[in-house]
Parts: sequence; structure tokens; C-alpha cells
Amino acid sequence: MVIFDIKRYAINDGPGIRTTIFFKGCPLRCVWCHNPESWHAQPEWLFKQKKCIGCNCCGVHPHQLEWIKGDIKEGKGEACPTLALECCGREWSVDELMEEIEKERTVMTDSGGGVTFSGGEPLVQHKALMEALQACRQRGLHCCVDTTLYASPEVVRAVAAETDLFLVDLKVMDTDKHKHYTGVDNARILENIRLLASLGAPILFRLPLIEGINADEENIEATARFLTDLRPLFPDSSAQLRGISLLPYHEMGRDKHARRGTIYNPENIPMSTPSDATLERCQKQFACYGIEAKIGG
Amino acid sequence: MHENRKNFGGLAETMYFCSIIRNTYMNFNITHPENLGGMNERIKRLRQENFDTPTTLSIERALIETAFYKQYYGTMPTPVLRAKNFYEICKKKTLYIGKDELIVGERGPVPKAVPTFPELTCHSVEDLHTLNERELQRYTISQEDIDTYEREVIPYWSGKTQRERIFNHVSKEWEEAYHAGVFTEFMEQRAAGHTAMDGKMYHEGLLEVKARIQKKIDSLDYIYDPEATDKQQELEAMSISCDAAILFAERHADLAESMAAEESNPQRKAELLKIADVCRWVPAHAPRDLWEAIQMYWFVHLGTVTELNGWDSMNPGHIDQHLFPFYQKGIEEGTLTRDKAKELISCLWIKFNNQPAPPKVGVTALESGTYNDFTNINIGGVDRNGNSATNEISFMILEIQEELHELQPGLSIHIAENTPDDFLLAGIKVIRQGHGYPSVFNPDTYVKELTRAGKTLEDAREGGCSGCIEVGAFGKEAYLLTGYLNTPKILEITLNNGIDPETGKRLGLETGDPRSFTTFEQLYDAWHQQMVYFVNLKLSVNNYIERMFSLYAPATFLSLYIDDCIEKGKDYYSGGARYNTTYIQCTGLGTITDCFTTLKKHVFEEKRYTMDEVLKACQCNWEDKEVMRQYIRNHTPFFGNDEAYADDIAVRVYDDLVKAIEGRPNTRGGETHLNMLSTTCHNYFGSVCGATPNGRFAHFAISDGTSPAHGSDSHGPTAVIKSLGKLDQTKSGGTLLNVRFVPNLLKREEDMRKLGHLIRTYFKFGGHHIQFNIVDTATLLDAQKHPDQYRDLLVRVAGYSDYFNDMTEQLQNEIIARTENEEV
Repeated sequence: MVIFDIKRYAINDGPGIRTTIFFKGCPLRCVWCHNPESWHAQPEWLFKQKKCIGCNCCGVHPHQLEWIKGDIKEGKGEACPTLALECCGREWSVDELMEEIEKERTVMTDSGGGVTFSGGEPLVQHKALMEALQACRQRGLHCCVDTTLYASPEVVRAVAAETDLFLVDLKVMDTDKHKHYTGVDNARILENIRLLASLGAPILFRLPLIEGINADEENIEATARFLTDLRPLFPDSSAQLRGISLLPYHEMGRDKHARRGTIYNPENIPMSTPSDATLERCQKQFACYGIEAKIGG
Repeated sequence: MHENRKNFGGLAETMYFCSIIRNTYMNFNITHPENLGGMNERIKRLRQENFDTPTTLSIERALIETAFYKQYYGTMPTPVLRAKNFYEICKKKTLYIGKDELIVGERGPVPKAVPTFPELTCHSVEDLHTLNERELQRYTISQEDIDTYEREVIPYWSGKTQRERIFNHVSKEWEEAYHAGVFTEFMEQRAAGHTAMDGKMYHEGLLEVKARIQKKIDSLDYIYDPEATDKQQELEAMSISCDAAILFAERHADLAESMAAEESNPQRKAELLKIADVCRWVPAHAPRDLWEAIQMYWFVHLGTVTELNGWDSMNPGHIDQHLFPFYQKGIEEGTLTRDKAKELISCLWIKFNNQPAPPKVGVTALESGTYNDFTNINIGGVDRNGNSATNEISFMILEIQEELHELQPGLSIHIAENTPDDFLLAGIKVIRQGHGYPSVFNPDTYVKELTRAGKTLEDAREGGCSGCIEVGAFGKEAYLLTGYLNTPKILEITLNNGIDPETGKRLGLETGDPRSFTTFEQLYDAWHQQMVYFVNLKLSVNNYIERMFSLYAPATFLSLYIDDCIEKGKDYYSGGARYNTTYIQCTGLGTITDCFTTLKKHVFEEKRYTMDEVLKACQCNWEDKEVMRQYIRNHTPFFGNDEAYADDIAVRVYDDLVKAIEGRPNTRGGETHLNMLSTTCHNYFGSVCGATPNGRFAHFAISDGTSPAHGSDSHGPTAVIKSLGKLDQTKSGGTLLNVRFVPNLLKREEDMRKLGHLIRTYFKFGGHHIQFNIVDTATLLDAQKHPDQYRDLLVRVAGYSDYFNDMTEQLQNEIIARTENEEV
């Protein structure tokens, strides 16, 4: 499996203290994405201009961003002394991954935490994900999967059997807008959410709240209605519906794009961090439906 | 930031929006009255007064002492001379009772006036001018006083001070190593400090102590005990010390009464009369209520810091356990309210902050910018039976600490396995405020440290931490901290075959030109030989200094409160204590580990660089070697990342330090041990150390305590605690771990609970101590630019808190450079 980051002491990716595993590869292209380096499934070179001291150890002129697409000669990229040039992602075996996860066992289990599989979209590498999930579960570790649910129902069903908690984004409810802003249709996603609900899978919903994209009253209303309609689908009434977390937008993706030599938000779609007033309004809207909306992870 | 992460794309910035920093600067604006809500008007006034009072030097003690010595030196045995000298000071010293005070007594004639101790170290006229004029922590003194000092004090003590006795004795090798910064010596200008009390003063007044002393004198056997005369002299001296402290209290009672007679405000009049009653009762008798208990402690504290200038932290010990019975009794009888109890304890807190440290002499007068005698209040933890000792006073002290937000006292919460979570959470809520305290200690580990060093289980449980992180058996141990050892400097000397490149002098052994080494083991061996050599050099002088204190500066008042000085008829400095330990503080574990991994990996294993290339790069301070330096910084396994390659070396260095230091006999019937702290010494040690193989520039700070070197840890706080957990910390007398957190990691109660889990996990791995610096870089950079707007900004530096504005720019930069455990 290709993993591009492992974060220890993750405190916003589910209950307790967690270790978050970031899988590479994602079918979505959200304009606000702050992890564009996760889009491609294969390892890729990233370049941090600020760290470059122009030593030319990589054999590429520091101002030529073409190298991103071009060829960094064997062993040259690794020679970068400052890590201005660094390979994002590499192949991991399950055993190797478990060894890394085990380093955090005490703090994870003592805090009621566990492992969170995120990305990218972890369901893209679903075979590897299943193996990793099974390995974790065998060791008694609590597992979260942070997913777009843009996958086949068979995959979702299989993963659900090995997952303790899903972290699922409700990005935009309107189908056209969803397609426009993320590159994919949301029908499949919503269908998979309903599937998880019918399976009784615990889900923590999250809404990356972006002024200009999805913070409008209409979208919030639609989101709240969707969650309300979801309730009866759960076999155990509303027990599994834990409210929704609102994650205020931040422009972190811009720098990440620069590192890959791509452009952030090329169409200049207006996006901004929601004001406190907006956050409050959204919370009230959800409250009308009896849904608790928390700010933050 | 995770800048040198291996294996994957250096992209730890993979969090979702939820972890974005919001600029929620924590409450640094503590001078704003709205943040002082919990304090009553009296405490607000006292606090403000303390804040506004300048630090001054008082020559009163020196004048009284000099006159006394001129008349009596040579006419009586040393212990009696010292006790009578103490009595003389208690009799003649100017008293002070402030207009709002409930707890009374100052070390100097007014708050924040610091006496000098010429018998130990005598300031020159030049020193006094420097202190009066320097920018950082100025000690003001009038020209008239300087003239008097020059006339009355300096001529008498010239050639007779403890400091001169030491420097006249030491070998050339010792002196050169000392001046080169291989080690420091605590006791060259100050008496040993780090002393903490147990609970006996709350059960026994000094009149009873005197009776006990007399009984001991009466039972001396002058025929069969050859030490009987020495014991008799020491015991007589102890008895005089009791009289001195009682007299000191009586004088306060007299003053309070005469002030009451003049007082027109009936409420204050009543308070003054109560103060008089309290001072008539304690310390002569055991306290009967909370007020008396607190005043009792304060008189004992003042006594110890008046007879000698002990290094930091005369400390009440487990004050929450000591005061709780008085509090409980007062509440039950209806004679005390919670608010009143809080007010009284707050008054004590103001007193602690009224005690700037006696300034040093010589070059250090200029260098030691900020200093305050520190008292690290221990709360929570366990009692003598091992039960959780957290009580209402523990929580009250957390409230007081948060409300007063002073430099001193420091505060530590003690979290044993059986300590309740609500206390830990309450402590973390104060940590989150970003003032640098409380630090967090693990009694389960330090009880093991103490029992391993020979204390009984009960005495160990009654122990704790007195100043920074060092442990002792409270009320029963004389643990002398003797100075820091600069382990990276020893490597620098090793890499130059015994010569110190900074001074050009041969300081160490000839262990061979490292260019000729073919294996890492050869290098390590060479360092090991040098380290053992310097440890021995230091220990030989430690023993001499201990004897000088025993012979010239016994602490006859302090000895009253340390078991079993009275029983043995021996002074604190002569082996009277039940336990007698001598400590060396080792610093720079992170830096030296990183140097070793650099050389091991790049020179001996991968042969990317030759030893010669690395040495030359260090010699020229990495000039024109930035590519090499960057490669080393970013492609070497460093300590603090939970990677065996580096951590195994750290464990080896630590174990070898333990072996070299531990178990040597000292002059007091005890033995030597090590602890791992640096306070601010890692800056000084860095300043005398040239560039090092780990890519550190010349004269930059080395790592503090057992923390990873600055910028070396990049895998988050759990990786740091895992690395630290690999050291068998029970072999030390304390380790120190600084972890910096930005406030947004502690936004929600849930986050604070998670930090609690992190702490408990570290303690499960045997961690001794952890402290958190909750600040963000933007705040600190702004504070550097606009110091006036951040007058109250407190920052935790390796074991104690200090005002950011008072720090040197170098220290400020170091604080800023420390890795942030940001989640973004």
C-alpha cells in the first residue's frame, strides 16, 4: 500500500489519541483540498521552495519547477540535503505498518483511541485497507475510517465489517454543485451513507464549512434534512447518529499545490473561512432538526 | 513542524481543517484586572505592590555580621559562632510589616531587598556597580551603601570567604576545566540549597525542639564517645538558633502591637493584634490553626535563608498535606471559611515572590540576567502510606496559582497512578493558561529513585521535588547539588584529542586523534575515558567543598528541621541528615546523542564524510559547509523520535554517566548520584562549546535536561516520550523533559483529557517529569519586538518559570526555536 504520512498524537480524527494513516490516491478533486499531494496513487516528488538552498545536489535548477513532471535521476532526489525536495509517499507492507502503529499502542489504548485510516481516499486501496483493518482488529485496536465513501457498495460493505467508526464528509448536498466543486457526483456517496446506516455502522459526520461553497442556508438546511431522513434507516433508531462536526475552512492547500507545481483553485472560486456569525447560524439550523453541530474535529 | 520526517513526503500537514491554528492567544494579559477575578482586594493590592517594588541590595546583614565576626571570631567554636551570628541578625535586623499583610517577615529590611553573604562570597565595589547598573534584573544600591560596604565589609572578608578558600585550593586542571565550561560549581558562591521540609514543624514548636536538644546534650557520653564535644557544640548552637527564631518572631509581635496602637482603622487594628498573637505563639509553639501554621512555615523559611544563602528552593514540601488538617479543623469548628483560607495561603504566595536570589559576584554578576530563588510547590501525589494525597488545599493552590500568576512560587502537580483524574484535569487547565506551570511529576517513579538510593519506602513517599526536578526525602535528606557537567563539551575535547579548541588548552586526556579511529566504538571509548576523567576531577573538589561548609559554615538553624541532625548531634553539612547525597547534574544528552549518531552513520557506517571533513567543518563553524550541515540535520536519526538507532545511544550515554558518577562516598557518610537537569545552564554550556558534528553552530545552546535537542524531534510528543521512556530514569535523581504545545492543541476539555493521557502514558514508561510550554511562535516573536506589551509573559525554561522580557535575546531565541508540537 502507498502511504504518504503517519501522524502520531492525532487528537482530531476520532475518539481518544489516535494514529492516523494517510493513504495516497483520491478520486475527488475538491477545490479546497489541503492534501492535493494525496490525489495521485503513486509516490511523487514535492518541492518546498523556501527550504531550497540552491546546492544543485538534485541536479535540477532550483527555479525549474518542471522537474515535478520531469525526471529526477535515480538517487538524486534523495540527496537533497534540506529536504526541500522530498518524495511524498512510499510502499508499505502491512507488517511494517503494524510495527509503526504498535509504537503508539499504550497511549492509544489508554486514551480510548486507536487507528484512523485517512487519505486521500483510503477506499481506493481497499484491498490493502482491508488487510490493515483486519490486522488492527486482531490486535484489539479501535479503527476509524475517514472516507469520502466514493466507492462501490461492495467495498463499503466489506470495510464496514471491519470498522468501528466512520468519519464521513457531507461536502455539498446539491448534486450539480458537488460535481462542480469535487469533480464527482454525490449520488453514490449518499447511497453509501444510507447503506452504512442500514448496516448500523456508527458514523461521525463532518462538514468542511466553506463560505462561498456550502455555508449557505440552503445547503445547511439540505444537510440537516438528509441527516434527519437517515435516522429511521439505522436499525437501532438514532443511536448511531452522533451529530455533525463543522470544520471551518482554511487555505492550507495553497502552499501544498505550490509544492507539487500545481495551482490552487485555478478558477478562482471565491472561498473563505466562515465568520463566527455563520458558524452560529449553521449550529442553529442544525439544532432545529435536533442535531448537535460542534465546531472542530 | 515535521521538517525532517523520513519515509514519506515530509508532509505532516495532512490534518483536516479542524486542526488549523486560530490565533487564540492565551491569557497573557494578566495585569488586566478582569483576569484577577478570584483574588480579593487585599491580595490584589499586595500583588501589585510586589510587582511595583524594585529589587534592591541590602547591606544590613553584611554589616551586622561583619561587626559580629570582628568581635567574636576565634572566641568560640564555629557552630556556636554561626548560631550567635544568626541570633545577632535576628535581634538587629530591620523588621517590616506591610499595611495589608497577614503573614509577616522579610529576608531583607523591605520586600525584595536582598542581603549579601560576605562570609561565602564578598561582592567587590565593581560587582555592586554592575548590579546597580545592568539592564537585566537590576539590584539597586545607593552610592552611600557601596561606600560603606567598601569601608566596613570588603576589607574584613578579603581572603576569608568560602569562595577564596575554594579557589585557593583547587588544582590547575580543575580550574582550567571549570573556566572552560566543562562543569560548573554550585557551591563556590552559595550554600547548598534544594532543601524541603516535612511536616514536623506543624507538630512541634521550637521550645519543644529546645527541650529535645537539651535532653540530647544531657545524655552525651564524654568518656566513651570521642565526638561528644563536637556534638555538644553543635547542639548548643542548634539551641541558640531556636532562641534566635523565637526572638525574631517576638520582635514582629512587638512591632505589630505598636502598629496596632497607632492604627485608627478598627479592622486593621484587629488584624495587627492577631498578627501579634500569632507571632507570640509560633515558632515557639506548634501552630493551632491555619494562620499560625502558615506563619510557622514562613518563619522557618526565613530562618534558613537568613543564616545562609542556600541555592534555590527552600521549600515547604507537601504543603497541601501539611495544611489540610488545619483547614479541615477550622472549617469544622466554624472558625475558618474557604475564602479566608485562600487569602492566607495567597499571602504566603506573595511572600515567596518577594525573594529575589542573592546575586553572584564576578563575571556572573553581568551574565546571570534573571534569577529568583525558586520554590517548587508540590501538590497532589501520595502520602507516607502510598495513598493518594490530593485534597481540597491541592485544588485551592491551583486556583491561587492561576489567579496570582507570579514568578514564584513555582508549582508542580504530582500524578501517581492513584491520583484522581479530576485533579490532573484541573492541573492541565492551569497548564493551558501558558504561564509555564504547573510542571508534572511522577511519584511512582521518584519513589523508586529514592528507595533505590537507600531511603525507606515511607521516607521516599514523603519526598518530592524541591527546585527544578531533583528529588529528595523531604525533611530527612541533605542533597547537595554541586554543579552541571557539559557532556557535549567533553565530546568536543575528545574530538580534539584532549585539547579544548575554544581556549587552546589541553584540558583532557590524550585519547588519540579521532581521524585514526576506524570504528564508532573507538570514538565512544575515547569520550568515555574523558568523561570519567572529568567526573573524577569534579568529585575530588566536591568533597573538599563539603568539608569547607562543615568547618566554616554549618547550618545550625536548618539542622533543626532535618532529621536526624539533633539525634546525631551533627550538622546538616556534617552528615547529620538521615540521608546524605551529592549530585552532579548532567546536561546535553540530546546534543551528544545526535553528535554520536551523526558520526556513527555518516563517518563510520556510510562513509559519506570523513572524520577530517566533519572536524574541519566544526572548526570553521560550518562556514561554506551548509550543504553538509543541512544533510546532517535532515538525514540523521536524532534523539526524541522513538527510533532505536538514536535512542540506544542515548541510553548508553546515560547508563555510562550513571556508572561513572554513582556510588562514590562523599564526606558526610552518603554517596554520589546523578540527575539530569540544566536549568538555564544549557545556554552557558552552549556558549563555551564550538560547533558540533550534529550541525549545531558554535556557541548555540545545547539541549536541556533530557529533552531532545532543539529541532531534533519531529515525530510528535508521543515519540518524544517513548524515546525518553527508554532511559531507566529510576537510576537518576531526576530527569527533565520540556514539551512545547501551542494553545490550539488544548482548546477543548476533550483535548486536555488527551494531554492527561499523554502524561499518564509517559509516566507508565517510567517518566520522572514533564512540563509544557504553551505558547505560539507568533506571540513570542511579537513579544521580542514589543516587550512592553508582554510584561507578564511567563515562559518555562528548563525547570523554572521566568519572565520572557527578562531573558537574554539568546534565551528568547532558543525558546522560539524549540520544536513546536503543532498538529498542522
